[in-house]
Amino acid sequence: MELILIAILKAIAFILLFLTVAAVLTYVERRISAFIQDRLGPNRVGPFGLFQPVADLIKILFKEEIIPANADKTLHTIAPIISLFVAYSIIAVLPIGEKIVIGGKEIKLIVADVNIGFLYILALSSMGVYGITLSGWSSNNKYSLLGALRASAQMISYELSLGLSLVGVVLVSGSIRIDEIIKSQANVWNIFYQPVGFIIFLVSAFAETNRLPFDLPEAEPELVAGYHTEYSGMKFGAFYLAEYTNVITASLLTTAFFLGGWYFPFIDIYSGLNPNIAAILQIIVFFAKAGIIIFLFMLVRWTLPRFRYDQLMRLGWQVLLPLALLNVLVTGLVKILL
Amino acid sequence: MEQKIDGRAKIKRRSNLNLLERLYLPEIFKGLTITFRQIFKPKFTFEYPDVKWKPPASFRGRPVLVYNDETGVERCVACGLCARVCPALAIEVVAGETELDKERYPKKFEINMLRCIYCGLCEEVCPEEAIVMSDEYELVFTNREEAIFGKDKLLVPASKLKERLDFLKKMR
Ligand code: SF4
Ligand code: SF4
Repeated sequence: MELILIAILKAIAFILLFLTVAAVLTYVERRISAFIQDRLGPNRVGPFGLFQPVADLIKILFKEEIIPANADKTLHTIAPIISLFVAYSIIAVLPIGEKIVIGGKEIKLIVADVNIGFLYILALSSMGVYGITLSGWSSNNKYSLLGALRASAQMISYELSLGLSLVGVVLVSGSIRIDEIIKSQANVWNIFYQPVGFIIFLVSAFAETNRLPFDLPEAEPELVAGYHTEYSGMKFGAFYLAEYTNVITASLLTTAFFLGGWYFPFIDIYSGLNPNIAAILQIIVFFAKAGIIIFLFMLVRWTLPRFRYDQLMRLGWQVLLPLALLNVLVTGLVKILL
Repeated sequence: MEQKIDGRAKIKRRSNLNLLERLYLPEIFKGLTITFRQIFKPKFTFEYPDVKWKPPASFRGRPVLVYNDETGVERCVACGLCARVCPALAIEVVAGETELDKERYPKKFEINMLRCIYCGLCEEVCPEEAIVMSDEYELVFTNREEAIFGKDKLLVPASKLKERLDFLKKMR
């Protein structure tokens, strides 16, 4: 009984945390995008426009919801739910710190402490494409459908290299539990063992989260808005939220797999501390590192132009996949020989 | 490799890239640093309602009637040329007689701001330099009647229009 209660509380806390971070992120991204383009960005609502996400939320809640005449209503409604569900389910196996101690009880800072976290993430992230594909299919709009088709082809192609790039990490760390992968990097981060894997993972993560330069599923100039063209109101908000949550989880995962999670190289700052203080520090460090990756996401967004479809496919199948395979091979050989 | 064509530098694309350039990643990194530096560059945004843009003298804002600061008499002699030339038929002038030197004055002078296209022909044709384009660009009305500006809204003292009047003299 108590276990269930703790699990529910943890789940709620995690979801609230990620919702807040996603909301802040929409603001930060708009501000930084504006700065990059010599603009100011939203700065009207509250000090420095900090309450912009709140205003956006209220606006989007009160927007009229339009379902196209010949759309498949059930699927049209389910699609954004799937996207959001998948985006938030991934969080379950993501440790954001070691543990906190409340009343003599140790509580791990992870919702579901499963031993196959790595596989769970890979399995779920490929589920995300269902939301996108169904939304495109059910909208009865050719642009939506094209966007959805692109999304599925793109995600399937990049899923492979994403998974393979992580095999190297698993080989180096010797575990598929995410918290153990993080712990194994207490001294040396995986990025130093797996630089190629890191780049492959990062590029695939861009493609998986549909961010520029791989945002073909929603390419504005050619597809209006791609798979969510026909969505409005909170359903559109759900897609938007899912996208931002995916960006956050992708950055957190990059940090966890390659940048040592909450550890700094060679200095263990957490050992002597009270576990609660250590946990708070860990969360801050973890999210700060992920924040740098998110910042990189934004810089890339305003630097690189969108890939053409065939270029995207060629990069995925002819460059990243062989590279990832080679990476696994070399890592394995080194592992055996040393 | 640069060569000048029509005064503009034309960049020749090189097709024989070396390995590092073909790897693409170093070039991406260069691009990222440029984007990053852009964040700290000065911004051009006017925060409009707080900071207003002051147009240069050559700007054609809403047409206004000039009146003399001291006497308070408008320059217009109600010749009707502006109403005649206006391509949008926005101006309506009704002439009246007056004891003053100029003998005629506009009893009624109306410009329909919904019709005006800010072409500035009225200003150009006016023999008295009585109608000029001001620097006002904020025109808001909530119904069509409000959009017809009478003399009350059109009359502006010459001192306020100095820049434009000087500009017109210079360009003549
Ligand atoms: S504004 Fe000028 S052109 Fe128009 S009626 Fe008056 S004097 Fe004539
Ligand atoms: S600016 Fe042009 S359109 Fe406007 S009142 Fe003058 S002549 Fe007519």
